[in-house]
Amino acid sequence: MISAQEVLLTLRPLHVWVGPTGHVRQVGKSFAKLGLDDPTGHRFLEVFEIQRPTKPSNMTDLRCLAGQVLRLRVRSEPELGLRGLVIEDKADGAILDLSLGMAVIDAVQRYGLTAQDFAPSDLVMELLFLQEAKSSAMAASFSLNARLNGARLAAETEAVTDGLTGLYNRRGLDGAMARLGQSDTEYAILQMDLDRFKQVNDTLGHGVGDAVLKRVAGILRAHTRQDDLIVRAGGDEFVIVCPGLTDAVRLNALAGVLIRDISEPVVIEGHDLAIGASIGIAVSEATARRDTMNTITCADIALYAAKRSGRGQHLFWLPDMGSSLVDLELPVPRSQGA
Amino acid sequence: MHGLIFRTLEAFISDTFSPENWTDVVVRANLPVNSFEAMLQYDADYFPQLLSAAGHVLDRPESVILEDIGTYLITHQNHASVRRLMRFGGETFSELLHSLDDLPGRTRMAVSGLDLPQVEVRQPTNGNFTILCRGNPSGFGHVLVGLLRAMADDYGTLALLEHRGQRDWAEVIEVTVVETAFADDRGFSLTEFAIAEDA
Repeated sequence: MISAQEVLLTLRPLHVWVGPTGHVRQVGKSFAKLGLDDPTGHRFLEVFEIQRPTKPSNMTDLRCLAGQVLRLRVRSEPELGLRGLVIEDKADGAILDLSLGMAVIDAVQRYGLTAQDFAPSDLVMELLFLQEAKSSAMAASFSLNARLNGARLAAETEAVTDGLTGLYNRRGLDGAMARLGQSDTEYAILQMDLDRFKQVNDTLGHGVGDAVLKRVAGILRAHTRQDDLIVRAGGDEFVIVCPGLTDAVRLNALAGVLIRDISEPVVIEGHDLAIGASIGIAVSEATARRDTMNTITCADIALYAAKRSGRGQHLFWLPDMGSSLVDLELPVPRSQGA
Repeated sequence: MHGLIFRTLEAFISDTFSPENWTDVVVRANLPVNSFEAMLQYDADYFPQLLSAAGHVLDRPESVILEDIGTYLITHQNHASVRRLMRFGGETFSELLHSLDDLPGRTRMAVSGLDLPQVEVRQPTNGNFTILCRGNPSGFGHVLVGLLRAMADDYGTLALLEHRGQRDWAEVIEVTVVETAFADDRGFSLTEFAIAEDA
């Protein structure tokens, strides 16, 4: 018949046998791996600290815990939590069968454990397998999420961007106006049309027309602030939204410099071009601020008025211009003279 | 069918041959998908179409492609985790063979939804194993042959592996372990946990 010592040494790599005096008689082979000098002959409670369910201070206390699940740690390796069962050996001693529990994953890394350090019946290899497999699968999943998110951001940006000029498109304008409408920020809208653009496009072709639009976009970018929203609303129609800028002097200067730069004669693909621009300006506090569409309409009305008073002009919206395009006398069709 | 299977085929052709070859395969297979994601599900019908297209583009039998995929999974650095997960199967190549019955279960445990054929291992005489694969994806036996051949190398074991075709709706693989210490074991430590995974 195999002795109890042998059974334990063969089957239980993490057991501790404590003699009646409270000294360690025998330990499983894996303890050597846990950074522990051979505890055989040392007082058990000096090497191990039992934390739960109660803290025994002598052999009698320890034997009283028989049949209960213990949580304990090695005093020299306090981060290493162990759990296990203690039983009486019927010779005034006690036997503890221990396991690393979830700490096994860290312990494997820390102490370089191998498959032989665990009982073959132990599911620890399955646990480690699962840990590695899960990490690989999670990595693949994170990578997919990152790529999908990148694609989503690109699609969102594309959805609000004008492909030709890289400015915002009308959808981008709508989104920005909705956000402005919900904030307390005052703002100005500059509504701008190019003069003589249609002729360029019709007679010299779209290639030249596109180059003109890109040049205009560049001018708008150069003269606006970081927070300003520049929109190509369609064709040769541009909108600039300036949050926090309502000062008439500065807006005057901005509109003036935009018209001046756009109107500079330029040679594109060998053609001498003289494009111009007209601008209508509306300021949120002068119109009904909460009604952002109304501010845009007012800027539009001011633009019509500017065009009617001769090209290359900019005008602020004034209450006597009305607040509806229908109110305008002799409206100038948008395409005419553009 | 699990995206990992498609992703593996795509990675194999792109890494071993070229991304252009993969593009040719996709065009030839005439599928609505250009590239596969490991963590999505796809129509299982795509697989035989892709495999047939790959056979044409790479000018070799489908069985050879499948076998090379198995070897690629174990030997390519992008899939270091596959080799490690296989090494959890046993200390020796023979132990690994005995653990193959668990392969579909282990695979499902690693990636739920990744279903592999049922694997049955028989050892009629010492050193001679017969492995039976039943179920879809069909042709998995060829992948297993390539995979086990690479694993035998990994353990430093000399083994002969052969796909014997179909018998009673099962793919039959015969393995003869000739010499267990034929070359150096590449080694396996629980601590060298590498998260190098192609994604």
